[in-house]
Amino acid sequence: MDEEETPPLMQRILDNPFILLFLGVAAPAVLYLIWGIMEIISVPVAN
Amino acid sequence: MSEQFRTCPDTGLKFHKPAENLMKANAVAAVVFLLVGGIYGLLVGLTRWPAVHLLPADAFYLTLTAHGINVLIFWMIFFEIAVLYFASSVLLGCRLAVPKVAWAGFALMLIGALMNNYIVATGTSSVMMTSYAPMEAHPLFYLSLILFAVGALLGCMVFFATLVVAKQEKTYEGSVSLVTFGAITAAIIAVFTIVSGAIILVPTLLWSLGFIAEIDALAYRLIWWAFGHSSQQINVAAHISIWYAIAAICFGAKPMSEKVSRMAFLMYILFLQLASAHHLLVDPGVSSEFKMFNTSYAMYLAVMASMVHGLTVPGSIESAQRAKGFNSGLFEWLRRAPWGNPTFSGMFISLIGFGFLGGISGVVMGAEQINILMHNTVYVPGHFHATVVIGSTLAFMALTYWLVPILFRRELVFKKVAAWQPYIFGLGMSGVALFLMGAGTLGVPRRHWDITFSLTGGVVHEFPAAANTMLALNGLSVILAVLGGALFCVIIVLSILFGRKLGDEKQEPALIATPPDDAAYEGIGRGSISVPGTFVMAMVFFVAFALYYFINWKYLAETWGIS
Repeated sequence: MDEEETPPLMQRILDNPFILLFLGVAAPAVLYLIWGIMEIISVPVAN
Repeated sequence: MSEQFRTCPDTGLKFHKPAENLMKANAVAAVVFLLVGGIYGLLVGLTRWPAVHLLPADAFYLTLTAHGINVLIFWMIFFEIAVLYFASSVLLGCRLAVPKVAWAGFALMLIGALMNNYIVATGTSSVMMTSYAPMEAHPLFYLSLILFAVGALLGCMVFFATLVVAKQEKTYEGSVSLVTFGAITAAIIAVFTIVSGAIILVPTLLWSLGFIAEIDALAYRLIWWAFGHSSQQINVAAHISIWYAIAAICFGAKPMSEKVSRMAFLMYILFLQLASAHHLLVDPGVSSEFKMFNTSYAMYLAVMASMVHGLTVPGSIESAQRAKGFNSGLFEWLRRAPWGNPTFSGMFISLIGFGFLGGISGVVMGAEQINILMHNTVYVPGHFHATVVIGSTLAFMALTYWLVPILFRRELVFKKVAAWQPYIFGLGMSGVALFLMGAGTLGVPRRHWDITFSLTGGVVHEFPAAANTMLALNGLSVILAVLGGALFCVIIVLSILFGRKLGDEKQEPALIATPPDDAAYEGIGRGSISVPGTFVMAMVFFVAFALYYFINWKYLAETWGIS
C-alpha cells in the first residue's frame, strides 16, 4: 500500500518542475559557464 | 469562471480564453517575423550565389544580421511561448496564471523585436546575430535584445506558475503528459539561456554607452554562446515535444516507453546547453578537457537522448499503425501514413532532416579534431539550417496547420497547396543544408560577403570550382525554400483572416485520431520485434552516421600529407 502512495524517487524528481529547473540551470552553469570563466581567468595577462 | 473556458468541438480540449488570446497573439507575431526573416534570407542566399552576388557588402552584413535575429530568435521564441501556454493551460485543462504578466511579456518581446528591426535597418548595427565584442553596435541593439529576453522570461514564469495552478486545482492526476514534460524541458533551457544573455548583454549595453571601458573578447564569446547556442536548444526540446504531440494527434500513438522518453528529456535538461562550446573549439584560453566534455554534450549523453527521441517517435507511430491493421512487411505502416496531411508530412520531414542532416553533422562538428575541417565555414550555417529550419521550423509549421482550425476556428484555405508546402520547404531547405555543408567542406568561410575577397586589398585565394557550384545550388535551394516558406505564411494569414468560420461545427475527417485499443497492440510486428521498420531505419541511420564520421577523419588525414 505504501509503495502505491509514495512514487519512486526518480518519478518524484521528474514530477517536480522546480527541482528540474534548478538542475537545468545549475548543471550548465557549473560545467560550461563557471568552468570556462575559471579557465579564462587563469590565462596569464600579457606584459 | 466557466465562461472563461471554451471546449473545442473537434478535440475536446478546454481553452482558457485569456490563454487562447495570448497563444493567438504570439503565434501571429511569430509568423510575421518568419516572413520578414525569410525575405532577408532570400537576399542572403542570392548574394552568396557568386554569379548573382546581389547585395553590396554593407547591405549584405545588415541583411545577414536581420535574417539571423528574425528567424533564429523572434520567430522561434514567439512560437515557443505560444507552445508553452498550449502545453500548460490547454493540455492540463487549467486557467493560465497571471495573464496580465503574460501580456506584459508579450508587449516587451514585441517592442524589443520591432526596436531591433528598426536599429538594424538603419545600418548602425550590422554586427550579425553574434555581435562579437569589440565590434560595437548601437546601444538600442543590445537594449532591444534585453527587452525581448525579459519578455520571454516573463512568459516562462507564467508557464511555471500555470503548472502550479494546475497542480493546486487538481486539473490532472499523476504526472503531466509527455508533451507538457517536453515543454517544461524547453522552458528550463530557456531560463538558462535568458539568464546567460542577461549576464553578457547588460554589460555590453553599458560598454556601448561608455560606462564600461572594455569587454573581454573571449569571455564575451563564452557567455554569449551560452545564450546564442542554448536558444537553439530550446527549439530542439520544443520541436521534439511537437513530434510526440503530432504522433498522438495523427495516429493516436502512445509513447513506446514514457520512462525512457522522460529520461531522454532529463538528459536534455542537464546537458543539452553544453554544446555552446562548439563555437570555442579554436579559441585559445579554454582547455581541451573543457572543449571535449562540453562539445560531446557530457560524453554524448544528450546525443543519446536525441537518438532515443528519434527512435521512439517513429516507433510509436509504427506501433499505432500496426495496431490499426497496417501490419504487413516492414513499411506498410509508413506507406499508409497520411502523406497528404501537412501536419504529418511536415513533422516526418522534420524528423528525418533533423536526424540525418542536422544530428550527424552536429556530432561531427562537435569532435575537436575533425571540427577543424569546417570551423567557421559555411558548413556551420548548413548544419543549423538542418536542425533549426528543417527540424524546428518545419515542426512548428506542421503544428500550425493543425492549430488554425483548433485555435482560430477557421478552415484552412488552399488545402491542396498546403499539402505540398512541407515538401517544397523541406526539399529547398535540405538543399540549403547540404550545399552549404558541401561548400564549407571545401573551405568557404561563413559570414563572408565575397569568396573572391575582392575588397580585401590583395588577399588572393581560389576555392575549388565545385565551391561556386555548391553556392549556386544553394541559391536555387534558397529560392525553393523561400517559396515554401512564403506559401506557409500566405496560407496561414489568409486562413486566419478569410478562412471559413467553423463555430461549433465538427471537422471531417477528424482533427485528432482515435487511439487503438490496448489489445490491438498484441502480436504486432515481426517475431519479437514490434517495430521492425523503425529498427531498420535506425540501422540505416547508424550506418550513415559511421560512414560520414569516418569520411571526415579521412579528409582530416589528407589535410597534412606525411613526407
